[in-house]
Amino acid sequence: MFLGIDYNVWWFLIFGAVITGYAVLDGFDLGAGALHLFLKKENSRRVALNAIGPVWDGNEVWLVIGGGALFAGFPVAYAAIFSAFYVPFMVFLVGLIWRGVAIEFRSKEPGILWRLTWDIVYSFSSIVIALSLGLMLGNIAMGMPLNQNKEFEGNWLSFFNPFAIMVAITTLALFMMHGAIYLIMKTENRLYTKLILLAKNFTIFFVISFGVTTLYTLLYIPHMSDKIRSNPQLFILPLIMILAIANIPRQLKKRKYRFAFISSAVTIASLLAMVAIEVFPNLLYATNNAANSITVQNGASSPGTMKTLLIIALIGAPLVAIYTGFVFWTFRGKVKSEDLIL
Amino acid sequence: MDVEILARIQFAFTIAFHYIYPPLSIGLGLILAIMEGMYLRTGNIIYEQMTKYWLKIFALIYGIGVATGIIMEFEFGTNWATYSKYVGDIFGSALAAEGIFAFALESIFLGILLFGWNRVGPKVHFFSTVMVFFGSMFSAVWIVVANSWQQTPAGFRVVGEGMNARAEVTDFWAMVFNPSSVDRLVHVLVGAFLAGAFLVLSINAWYIYKGKHLHIAKPSFKIALVVATFFSLSQLYFGDRSADGVAKYQPAKLAAMEGHFDSSAKADMYLMGWVNKKDETTSGIKIPGGLSFLIYGNFNAPVKGLKSFKPEERPSQVNAVFQFYHMMIATGMMMIFLTLYACWLLKKGTLFDKKWLMLIFAWSVILPQIANEAGWFTAEMGRQPWVVYGLLKTSDALSKTVKANEVLFSLILFAAVYTLLFVLFIYLLNKKVRHGFEEEIAAKEDENPLQIK
Repeated sequence: MFLGIDYNVWWFLIFGAVITGYAVLDGFDLGAGALHLFLKKENSRRVALNAIGPVWDGNEVWLVIGGGALFAGFPVAYAAIFSAFYVPFMVFLVGLIWRGVAIEFRSKEPGILWRLTWDIVYSFSSIVIALSLGLMLGNIAMGMPLNQNKEFEGNWLSFFNPFAIMVAITTLALFMMHGAIYLIMKTENRLYTKLILLAKNFTIFFVISFGVTTLYTLLYIPHMSDKIRSNPQLFILPLIMILAIANIPRQLKKRKYRFAFISSAVTIASLLAMVAIEVFPNLLYATNNAANSITVQNGASSPGTMKTLLIIALIGAPLVAIYTGFVFWTFRGKVKSEDLIL
Repeated sequence: MDVEILARIQFAFTIAFHYIYPPLSIGLGLILAIMEGMYLRTGNIIYEQMTKYWLKIFALIYGIGVATGIIMEFEFGTNWATYSKYVGDIFGSALAAEGIFAFALESIFLGILLFGWNRVGPKVHFFSTVMVFFGSMFSAVWIVVANSWQQTPAGFRVVGEGMNARAEVTDFWAMVFNPSSVDRLVHVLVGAFLAGAFLVLSINAWYIYKGKHLHIAKPSFKIALVVATFFSLSQLYFGDRSADGVAKYQPAKLAAMEGHFDSSAKADMYLMGWVNKKDETTSGIKIPGGLSFLIYGNFNAPVKGLKSFKPEERPSQVNAVFQFYHMMIATGMMMIFLTLYACWLLKKGTLFDKKWLMLIFAWSVILPQIANEAGWFTAEMGRQPWVVYGLLKTSDALSKTVKANEVLFSLILFAAVYTLLFVLFIYLLNKKVRHGFEEEIAAKEDENPLQIK
């Protein structure tokens, strides 16, 4: 227990916070990648790449921390989830490889074909990463059949179900909107104007896909909103989310892009918080037999380790916050021509 | 092929490929910190150009290191689910600590290193370089701690039975400082410094051989030579300490390293040789009783041999362990001779006239790479059949839900992707080497347009 909350619950919250941090931070990198081919001019593409250049690597670290956090705190869930998603996850990992090296390699040669190749690799791998993240999130939210040893028991093709696919598309749309808003803050002149238009279109894309997914969930998987239905005080969360979403076009119109960005970050955070609330206290719900579900209690490491982890997090989190703040502050403002390293 | 073999091949392949890069990052990190530190102290633009040049190569290496490293973090879960559950309490904490203390430090400051020349002052930039270097070393700390725990488990107890058995930490610091952690960490770090130093030696030796960029290549070569000489000599000591630890805690591995079977006999030390697993004999050029002397200081002391272990508890590939181990020793010795000879010539003042030696140095970049990889293959194959020494067998550690054809799919995928990555890496590195310092020198002239050229 720490501050009246069980260590395991703390770790669930911390893990959730790390994943949210990853989605908010790498979300704009992935969104910028996904919309990369909408930018036609060489200079526009360079500015867009340099806008994420100094920070994307640090943003990706949140995924590494998240993976480590899950492994350390909830090894049973770590083992079950990644072995279950084996094939889609390998595709996701290869996507991560190519996204990273494409950013790095593109600027190394001036040739048009070389750069076009890496533009395409960069954009497609960003799209693949965003879609696979959404696909995994959708399936984790729904649960999957687990055997007594708490390992996946089923066919991985079942992961491509309508709900998960809708969540995947919504994730992509959300990241594209988020990435476009981030790029608006970093650009000037004609590119800036173009990105404002793109941000508006992606907002529409997101609102439609989000609406369809929500409607589908309420109609066909009603138990996914059980928690909020039975605890009316939790209704605050969907309320915050809807207000945040509604605030995005409003701030875009008022040209307050920083507020628009904060709103889309809040949208991401509240979406993930809703999934977390519906899932808790399970980490992975067993659809075939609820007794086989992996929970924050039966899937966790020993109490001693949970305590150690909390100490590590308490020391580490302020450090990471300081480094991150320092870097974002160093590279604040618009990308200028002398900043074009990539 | 069955899942176990495929999963082991995939893990070995992905980790061996990954391990080309992190040691280079760590070693180059040290050299970058030295070069940029000298620039800060002297204000000499040669050091600035050196730093900027190596920073570009560092970025390339780091990029591939990160991309291939992320795979490793999740491969435990994808392919080794039972292992993950068994060691999560221990290995997981180390991995989480690596992410938050090491990797975050390294990759966040890297942004400033690569993009911040115009945004921060030279001191802050130098500070970032040092932070990136520290971050890369801290990564090594946690990864080697986790791996060392697999070799010499400590500070834990086993709870549960069968599929639910797992190791729980009882003493965090005993787990972190398990018997082999410190020795193996130093051994690994020194190996990494050598990898970086020899890359710098190699490329500058090539310039000197070609007679290009001499005013930068020669001082760069000297900086790297000092680092390489110091660490190749000290590796002799740290390597020996690691071997002592193996003798004490993993006798079956030590016996495999020297192909020693008979427990009642003194153990020989081979310069080279061949292990015949069927006859349980080893033949080759040897120092009789050499291993006995190394461990006990007595040429006639008996050393525990492989025959003392049940066949199913011996490393299955004894000859491979033997060969990898000797490959590591041989390349280590070559590094010592090469650097000492170069230092002697430097003192005589004739080093840079010896074109043939520069050509050898240009190729010498391969030596620490062979030594590092061979060392790890010795350590990991020598640990077999255990994944956690004496506790969990590799064959029991798999993901039960993953099928052979799925692993085959991912193995082929990784083989294809990594081959392509390696080709691109060599292509881009070669391109940068051919361009030399032109870019860095031109950039400097642009900054002072009024200067008379």
